[in-house]
Amino acid sequence: MRGLFIITLLLLAAALPVRAELRVFACEPEWGALVQELGGDKVSVYTATTALQDPHRVQARPSLIARLRRAGLLVCTGAQLEIGWLPALLRRAANAAVQPGNAGYFAAADYVTMQEVPQHIDRSAGDVHPDGNPHIHTDPRNIARVAKALAERMVRLDPDHKAFYEARGVDFRARWDAAIERWERQAQRLRGVPVVTQHRSWVYLIEWLGLSEVTTLEAKPGIPPSSAHLAQVAARLEQSPAKMVIRAAYQDARPSRWLSGRAPLAEVVLPYTVGGTPEAKDLFGLFDDTVRRLQAAAR
Amino acid sequence: MKNWYGRIACCLLISVSPAVPAAEEAELDALRQELDRLRRDYDKKIEQLENRLEPQQQDTKTPPAQPHAVPTPGRGQVTDKAFNPAISLILNGSYTDFELDPEGYFIPGFALGEETGPGEEGLSLAESELVVSANVDDKFYGAFTLALTPDNEAEIEEAYFQTLTLPWGFTLKAGRFYSGIAYLNEQHTHRWDFADTALAYRALLANQYGDDGAQLRWLAPTDLFVEFGLEALRGDSYPAAGAGDSGVGANSAFVHIGGDVGVSHSWRVGVSRLYAEAEDRESSESGPALPAAGDFTGDSEVTVVDFVWKWAPNGNPYRTNLTFQAEYLWREEDGVYSNVPAPYDAEQSGWYAQAVYQFMPRWRLGLRYDELDADDPGPAFSGTGLNPGDHTPTRSSAMLDFSNSEFSRFRLQYNRDESRPETDDQWFLQYIMSLGAHGAHQF
Repeated sequence: MRGLFIITLLLLAAALPVRAELRVFACEPEWGALVQELGGDKVSVYTATTALQDPHRVQARPSLIARLRRAGLLVCTGAQLEIGWLPALLRRAANAAVQPGNAGYFAAADYVTMQEVPQHIDRSAGDVHPDGNPHIHTDPRNIARVAKALAERMVRLDPDHKAFYEARGVDFRARWDAAIERWERQAQRLRGVPVVTQHRSWVYLIEWLGLSEVTTLEAKPGIPPSSAHLAQVAARLEQSPAKMVIRAAYQDARPSRWLSGRAPLAEVVLPYTVGGTPEAKDLFGLFDDTVRRLQAAAR
Repeated sequence: MKNWYGRIACCLLISVSPAVPAAEEAELDALRQELDRLRRDYDKKIEQLENRLEPQQQDTKTPPAQPHAVPTPGRGQVTDKAFNPAISLILNGSYTDFELDPEGYFIPGFALGEETGPGEEGLSLAESELVVSANVDDKFYGAFTLALTPDNEAEIEEAYFQTLTLPWGFTLKAGRFYSGIAYLNEQHTHRWDFADTALAYRALLANQYGDDGAQLRWLAPTDLFVEFGLEALRGDSYPAAGAGDSGVGANSAFVHIGGDVGVSHSWRVGVSRLYAEAEDRESSESGPALPAAGDFTGDSEVTVVDFVWKWAPNGNPYRTNLTFQAEYLWREEDGVYSNVPAPYDAEQSGWYAQAVYQFMPRWRLGLRYDELDADDPGPAFSGTGLNPGDHTPTRSSAMLDFSNSEFSRFRLQYNRDESRPETDDQWFLQYIMSLGAHGAHQF
């Protein structure tokens, strides 16, 4: 009987809102940073992964289940980027608000045009994403698109702060558009610069800046590059040389380091997301640093 | 593209045909000519478009120059196929070499459940698993796992639904499922880090305890992961038997607590208790030379303490990672064996500890140690398999596995198995292939 009483008390405690702010569970740092930009002090954001973690391969850790339990809004990339862990969290978190189909489930990929949507889906091509390449945030114009939809979603979930979110959304987009213009100006000399990438994480960045991708170190997405394939890449670079090899901060350093030792090209580590380098403190810093690093390598 | 053209043509035809009386032949001819002209126009346009698309399709390695032109397949088309559940198939097979005959396998002091042992010797197919799962609707999730044995028998391993949207952190699951007790118990065979399960699981749970029933979980609203679970089960599978108590012959309770230490470490501990009624539980508890104690009727209570700790530098397991896990299982049984006049009331326990280290991408090395301990149930049991004698069953294992991708794995394993009084050198060469849906794994 006493046990029942304690359980009832616990349940009541659980049902009471602890703080009025909107609790947000962001799968990746870029979306955590975006929610912070839009929500200011009206939101509390928990970011599930860091810039040094591969968003494809995250363990469905107990801590993540516990954090998702109380979230009012889940912000993830979607497009099967988190297919290996997010479904396990959603099934264990016992949280109706953030289940797919509800307002609390926000997939950024729903609001941008996907690239590399495969025509044929077969695992012989590696770990392909049927919905297209999920690394959408590497093009800041996509972040602007997501920001618009996300601000609307936050208003829907937390209508008490409608004016607040809307004002912040307008302010962010104005600053962001100005920043995009600045980055595009700074990166003009990068147009047509040939690059090698480690994983196909950069298609959106490459399209935005007009870089030219010579080849990829991973022969197939998600399958670590073998030494035989790396040798082929090195041979190919003799025919069509590249300026630099690009990898994300979270990716294994060895393949691109090996290649930069073998061929005359610079090794560039890009932050990939917020927190990937000390300079990439927020979304603005992320692209400031990305453009700066690319420029330095292209010189 | 052709569909679109066809649709336009159809629309034109439909809108044209009923409006034309039979007499006005000339007008009809004019319309036909107009239609032909349109068709030719479209044909030309489609050809031009196809010519433009062709060079992009030839080079599949590089993305199309104008990726925005690539349509998303499935979007806008509503077919039944879009609602197909996620299907995955696990293929599993091995080559094994044992020093001792796996037939008549026994562990002194333990009454083993059926189908427990080192497995088939030589080349053999292990269980193939077919997993079908999907969200049923906005409130429920359903999953079905069919195990197909190498003897061409089908066995339903799991078939359950669970709720997704109960309030206050509750989740209800019902059907047939692996019990949430302990750590390894919920994991399907293909997820094991070794080719065989821990000795304690083999001896005390007949590899894995799964049954028909219902499970209620409650997740505490705290940043620390705290989860409570209660289960009511049919009691038809080892260590329960006979679906006692009008078909609710087993129940269990468990608590799991977990969290992170920094970004590189995460952990989970658990305490579970299973209470099971056994009615005429069959077992193969004796070695070939020993008389059987017979069927067991009585109570079985299993307590488990489990601990898992995972490390990956910066939380990124891609290059290197380490998993350490240890569990202690303790079973008290109180009842009678059909061939022994005296009652049985004894404790049996077992533990294992294992570490699996990924030392470079795709390659993992694992070490495991197992130990069992059984009470002497008294002089009435001397001569039966339930008398442990002075032997302490142990086993030491080492494994090396290679995964070409997340979906394929090859494993070489060596066991120095001293669970029987004689030492057995066991070798396993195993493959595990996952086809189909990606499947998200629990911690």
